[in-house]
Amino acid sequence: MPELGKYAATVLSAYGVSLILLAGFVLLSMWQSRRIKRKLDDAEARRRNG
Amino acid sequence: MSFWEYANPRKFIATADALLPWIAGLAAAALLTGLVWGFFFTPEDYRQGSTVKIIYLHVPAAMMAINAWAMMLVTSLVWLIRRHHVSALAAKAAAPIGVTFTLIALLTGAIWGQPMWGTWWAWDPRLTSFLILFLFYLGYMALWAAIEDPDTAADLTSVLCLVGSVFALLSRYAVNFWNQGLHQGASLSLDKEENVADVFYFPLLVAIAGFILLFVALVLMRTRTEIRARRLHAIEMRERLG
Repeated sequence: MPELGKYAATVLSAYGVSLILLAGFVLLSMWQSRRIKRKLDDAEARRRNG
Repeated sequence: MSFWEYANPRKFIATADALLPWIAGLAAAALLTGLVWGFFFTPEDYRQGSTVKIIYLHVPAAMMAINAWAMMLVTSLVWLIRRHHVSALAAKAAAPIGVTFTLIALLTGAIWGQPMWGTWWAWDPRLTSFLILFLFYLGYMALWAAIEDPDTAADLTSVLCLVGSVFALLSRYAVNFWNQGLHQGASLSLDKEENVADVFYFPLLVAIAGFILLFVALVLMRTRTEIRARRLHAIEMRERLG
């Protein structure tokens, strides 16, 4: 861990907020992608089977 | 082979499927390298102390907040002129990414500003134009959600995107247009004299590359999702009509 001095809380909170937002957004996008693909696969299977 | 072949949804999905693992892998590697290098292996600035480390998040996020809107502008124009659905869906897919980057830029700026400027917020030209850009992103997403017919939604959001481009431009050049306010000039410039010192510059370039690659990966993934959602909606409508 680098020596952040009196600004440690400032730097760590900036990194914390940013990484939570980035990781949260990436995970949300992946979850939406899988959910829609699964629903589309099911719908196309229903359509094929009449 | 023409570029416009990618306006075919099937072709776009096949290309996205092939490219996505590579671009996502490169994005993760560049982001990790840039942020670890910047956070652990760069010195303090003689004036800003360790808060200079926030630059590796703030500058790339702010750049991509504006560039995401620029990408939406191009794809919106393609929709308005050539009526390619994938283009409209790419703009729709990019908006939540842009709003996330804008939020990161605003929050990291506020967190940095408190100890450096003595305030979380100031009605400075660049900060204010960035806040307006953030509101335009929210309005753009709300407009897509509010209109049921996808073509009408694409038309109206494209017009909103053209209007919002003024604020995207102002966000980029506000510091140059109005030589006042708290926000300093650009951290990266073609003029070497204005650039940050090399010890900060190189990890910053790697972090920027990581943010760009992350943006491309997310646009590919989310556009693919939007195309599939449109197809799913069409099948469900047909089922309901019997």
